[in-house]
Amino acid sequence: MVDPRTTIINERLKRISRIIAVSSGKGGVGKSLVATALALTLSRSGCKVGLFDLDFTSPSTHLILGVKDAQPKEDKGIIPPVVNSLTYMSLIYYSHDQAAPLRGIDTSNALIELLAVTQWGELDFLIIDMPPGIGDAVLDLIRLVKRIEFLIVTTPSLLAFETVRKQVALLQSLKVPIIGIVENMKMTNAANVQDETAKLGLKFLAEIPYDAKVEEAIGDETKLLGTVLAKKIKQLVASNAL
Amino acid sequence: MHEWALAEAVIAAAQQIAEEEKLKEVREVTIKVGELQGVEKDILQFALSQLKPANFKNANFHITRAKTTLKCRACGNTWLFNEKKLGKDTVEAIHFVPEVAHTYIKCPKCGSPDFEITEGRGIWLESIKGVR
Ligand SMILES: Nc1ncnc2c1ncn2[C@@H]1O[C@H](COP(=O)(O)OP(=O)(O)O)[C@@H](O)[C@H]1O
Ligand SMILES: [Mg+2]
Ligand SMILES: [Zn+2]
Repeated sequence: MVDPRTTIINERLKRISRIIAVSSGKGGVGKSLVATALALTLSRSGCKVGLFDLDFTSPSTHLILGVKDAQPKEDKGIIPPVVNSLTYMSLIYYSHDQAAPLRGIDTSNALIELLAVTQWGELDFLIIDMPPGIGDAVLDLIRLVKRIEFLIVTTPSLLAFETVRKQVALLQSLKVPIIGIVENMKMTNAANVQDETAKLGLKFLAEIPYDAKVEEAIGDETKLLGTVLAKKIKQLVASNAL
Repeated sequence: MHEWALAEAVIAAAQQIAEEEKLKEVREVTIKVGELQGVEKDILQFALSQLKPANFKNANFHITRAKTTLKCRACGNTWLFNEKKLGKDTVEAIHFVPEVAHTYIKCPKCGSPDFEITEGRGIWLESIKGVR
């Protein structure tokens, strides 16, 4: 007995130039906001961009983008709708934004299903908003998506950074490319994350201050792109450090 | 027609097995589809026939259906999935991603959504036969 779905995944992704998972060992560090801002910024800079919410049990990007009633089309697979100029995929189309209580095996199966049937078309970037930790979603992407790269988000807290350190160790041991680390919600100018990032041999991509305007910007693309968070992401994109 | 995407996956996987087993020609592919996903047999059959590569020219595709067994992790109850109890939109959502069953289906005995899909989830390649 063979699961035929995994064989077709890299074929489905072959017209995407870069596939970036926005990830962290911890939850609540700003992965979803950074992923969404990054996707929107790349798209505004003229790239074709997809955004895939892989945090199946706690999806957030649809709220950040203010997705209303978009639905995928069916044509030799699933064609995700374009939302705020992003080719946007989320389990919420099928859970109808209700609770989806999934065990590891279920998240894995749902992830394989969506990767096997989603027709992304041609994209410059596919940004993936990840659940926290180094569980099923991270392991499945490493296993199934040949060209996956990770962008890691942390906060200044030791509690966040130590989870990131473990994630980095895993990715480095498996030789999975790491673009670098973004430090989010900074409230002092302590440089410890920057120093530790250098010790890990990784690029320190950006520091984003705590910005009270972020909360008001949820659901409003224009407001979101006006936040300091988005401006820092814009600088990152412009710097070519990606 | 998202069956088409699944058919492509079946062909790709069967082709890979044929290569591994050094089959020159594939004659028979047996596929199992679970009730939960509700893949349309005719559409799948048609898509497979259209997608046949040259070494599958004489291949027959046998598609068998499997009932879906669900087992509650909270109370141990086992029951069969029955799509007639669900609305059209729900059946369609489950058709695309069977795991969203956990959003819409509860254990009939204790009401828990924490059940295991023990059999008959989606699409499986059961066997492939051919000549070397
Ligand atoms: N730079 C920031 N300034 C202020 N609040 C932020 C910032 N980044 C994220 N947040 C807030 O922190 C919370 C967690 O962000 P989220 O993107 O959902 O994190 P994650 O996806 O890592 O769980 C949200 O309430 C978000 O609005
Ligand atoms: Mg998140
Ligand atoms: Zn029960």
